[in-house]
Amino acid sequence: MKKRLSALLSGCLFGAGLSISGMTDTTKVIGFLNVLGDWDISLGFVMAAGLMVTFPAFYWAKNQERPLFANRFSWPSCKTIDARLIIGSILFGMGWGLYGLCPGPAIASLTYGYIEIVYFLAAMFIGMKLVHKFLAVIDD
Amino acid sequence: MLYPILGGLLIGLSATALMLLIGRIAGASGIFFHAFSFTTTEKFKEDAWRWAFLLGTIIIVPVVHFFLPIAVPDKPNGSLVLVITSGLLVGAGVGLSSGCTSGHGICGLPRFSLRSLIATVIFMLSGMITVALVQAFQS
Repeated sequence: MKKRLSALLSGCLFGAGLSISGMTDTTKVIGFLNVLGDWDISLGFVMAAGLMVTFPAFYWAKNQERPLFANRFSWPSCKTIDARLIIGSILFGMGWGLYGLCPGPAIASLTYGYIEIVYFLAAMFIGMKLVHKFLAVIDD
Repeated sequence: MLYPILGGLLIGLSATALMLLIGRIAGASGIFFHAFSFTTTEKFKEDAWRWAFLLGTIIIVPVVHFFLPIAVPDKPNGSLVLVITSGLLVGAGVGLSSGCTSGHGICGLPRFSLRSLIATVIFMLSGMITVALVQAFQS
C-alpha cells in the first residue's frame, strides 16, 4: 500500500508539473523545438528546473542504502551505446516534432477530452510492442 | 517563465519522490508500457505502483487547470494519419532507446549516464530538425 501511495503521490507531482509547465500544450512544445523559426525558449526552463532538483537528489540517493518503502534502488544498469539507442532517439524525436507530444504529457493530456490523445497513446503502445517483438526475434 | 520553472521543479520532485520512496525511475514511457504489458495476475499486482503513478498523472491535471489561471491547451494540430504516425514513431523510438524525456532527461542525466546524455541530445536535435522540416515544407 505504501508503495502504491508513493507512486500515486509521485504521479500527481508529475501530472501537475507537466500541466503547469506547459508541456501538455503541443503548440508550446513545437514552439520550443522550432529553433530556426519563431523560437519559444520557455519550455527549456522546465528541463533545467527539473534537473536542478534531480541532480542533488539523485546524488544523495546514490549514497543511501535503500529507499524508504522498497528493498533496493532499481538503478538502470545498461551502459551500452549502440545503434538501438541512437536510431531510437532519432525516431522518438521525429514523432515528438511531428505532433508535439512525448509520452508523459500524452498521458497527462487524457482528461482534456481529445480523442486524438487516445489514438496517439494506442499507436505509441503498438510501436513499443512491435519494437519489443522485433528485438526479441533478433536477439534470439 | 514562472510556470515553466514551477512545473519543472514539480517534475523533478516527482522523480525524486519515486526514487527515494520506492527506488524507481520516473520514466513515463517505461511505466506506461509495463503497466499495460502484464501477463499474469501476479505480475499485475507487482505492477500496481505503475497504475497508481499513471492514475496520479491523469487525475491531477483537471485540478491544476481548475485552481490555477492556466488554460486547457487547444487540441493538437494534425490529421489522424499524422497522429498515428507520430504515436508509432514515438513508441518505436522510446522502445528502442529505452526511455523518453523523463527517463533519459530528468532521471538519466543526474545519474551521469552517457546513454541518457546521448539519447537526450539526439532526440532534442531530431525533434528540432523535424519541426524545421515541417515548417519549411508548409511555407
